[in-house]
Amino acid sequence: MTGLTAFCAVLAVSALFLILGYILVGGLRALSFSFLVNTPKPIGEPGSGIANAIVGSVIMIAVGSVIGMPIGILAGVFLSEYGSNKFGTILRFLVDTLTGTPSIVIGVFVWTAMVHPMGYFSALAGGVSLGIMMMPIVARTTEEMIKLVPHSLREAALALGAPKWRVTLGVVLRTAAGGVATGAMLAIARIAGETAPLLFTALGLNYLSTNLFQPMASLTYQIYYYAGSPYEEWHDMAWAATLVLVAMILALNILVKILTRNRHQQI
Amino acid sequence: MIEKLETTPKDTDMPSSSSASSAVLTTNSANEVREAPSDRNSTAQTTVVDKIKVQNLNFYYGKSRALKDISLSMPPNKVTAYIGPSGCGKSTLLRTLNRMNDVIPGTRVEGLVELDGTDIYAAGTDVVSLRRQAGMVFQKSNPFPRSIFDNVAYGIKINNMTKSKSDLADRVEKSLRAAAIWDEVKDRLNQSAFGLSGGQQQRLCIARALAVEPQVVLMDEPCSALDPIATQKIEELIVELKTKYTIIIVTHNMQQAARVSDLTAFFWLGEMIEFSNTEKMFTKPDKQMTEDYITGRFG
Repeated sequence: MTGLTAFCAVLAVSALFLILGYILVGGLRALSFSFLVNTPKPIGEPGSGIANAIVGSVIMIAVGSVIGMPIGILAGVFLSEYGSNKFGTILRFLVDTLTGTPSIVIGVFVWTAMVHPMGYFSALAGGVSLGIMMMPIVARTTEEMIKLVPHSLREAALALGAPKWRVTLGVVLRTAAGGVATGAMLAIARIAGETAPLLFTALGLNYLSTNLFQPMASLTYQIYYYAGSPYEEWHDMAWAATLVLVAMILALNILVKILTRNRHQQI
Repeated sequence: MIEKLETTPKDTDMPSSSSASSAVLTTNSANEVREAPSDRNSTAQTTVVDKIKVQNLNFYYGKSRALKDISLSMPPNKVTAYIGPSGCGKSTLLRTLNRMNDVIPGTRVEGLVELDGTDIYAAGTDVVSLRRQAGMVFQKSNPFPRSIFDNVAYGIKINNMTKSKSDLADRVEKSLRAAAIWDEVKDRLNQSAFGLSGGQQQRLCIARALAVEPQVVLMDEPCSALDPIATQKIEELIVELKTKYTIIIVTHNMQQAARVSDLTAFFWLGEMIEFSNTEKMFTKPDKQMTEDYITGRFG
């Protein structure tokens, strides 16, 4: 039995190493410094890059975070502090449902709600769909983190004459801040890899753009676009873009690990 | 002190009950008239004398009755100890005194609790200012995950007690000194409170409670998680603090009650069995049950 479970565990992890190996081998072929700082060129022209996609991904993730984090964090605060009733239970269930909603559904929804009425694809719409994806993840991690704050701390603050809202913001949320930040960063890592919500909202763009009211490139869309093309050169670029994306997400995850480890050492 | 209070109304009752013949009805009523102001005087005195007065207090967690008709009065600048086995309601009673039970859903209070003659459960009571008047120290030290300084400063800031930074620092120092921990922490005020030992943390929590200038300090088994040396320090501190504050301490440790308190109340299953001077309580209690508990025959 131990042998079987160990075998399965190794199998599961080896999938990760296979993927990483493939990406590394494929990605290094086209990866160079100029690849990171240049924008796409027509096929056959040398010096093509994905700078527009990197910038676009960062911008749209930032927009998504601006929308998703405050709402998610406050929703999490509500769920943990006031959510021990029927309303809270229903809300929690809905949040979980939203977490489980396929990302393409969210993409199509934002297309219907924003892109179609506005009449054009935009980075803003892309950011909104990423924000919607983030909200439930942040809400639930925030709730879990706040639940870890000992009740005795709340009582201590209440006994000093602090009103409940000040206890919640000044003591509870502040104490849970490290955990909440960790959850938020993991949520960023999660949405950084999303393609489907951007496909219908931000579309893609071959130029470097920072205009929120225009289509915008993103790493995931660029990968999708290059990988689906018939050109060998673009296939290599898709691998390289994948490598960049995975490296970014990995870096974020490692950063979270380091930060949380420091936090535990402090306490 | 309590005995005196109980005897004064009895004394005034005596003449009226001895002259209870119908013939002298008029003088009797005159007597009553004469007594009325003195009666009022004595109630006025009680409000001054008793810092906290609890009358016919019942407390319910849902349907279970945790406190049964509790009546007792706690004089100012004395240490009153609540003793009794676990679940006897002593902590519950303590927490009704600053309305900390309000936080627990499904609880209900009946009866009267007065702080300085004011009903603290009256509609429109400012719970925030009540809790400022009646500070609390908990069983397990619970400093905020902040610096030592910020722990003490929190209550001062929350209650907008000062605007000046130097005054804030003065107040923090004063509180830390009052809690007899200043010398141990003065060189590391900006370090995390978690770096302190358990006993130091508990004294820091006492300093934090004192910083908002309460009149009453409620202590819920403040030494239960501490070693004997840390306990001794806190006990010395309690005795010192009573010159300025009215202190009520819940304790499992009967020796502790005997050492630090002036008055002791013994609780059993939500009822107050006996309440008297600590010395009397521990030498010749009125009730057999108290004696059995104190001598360790049960509990």
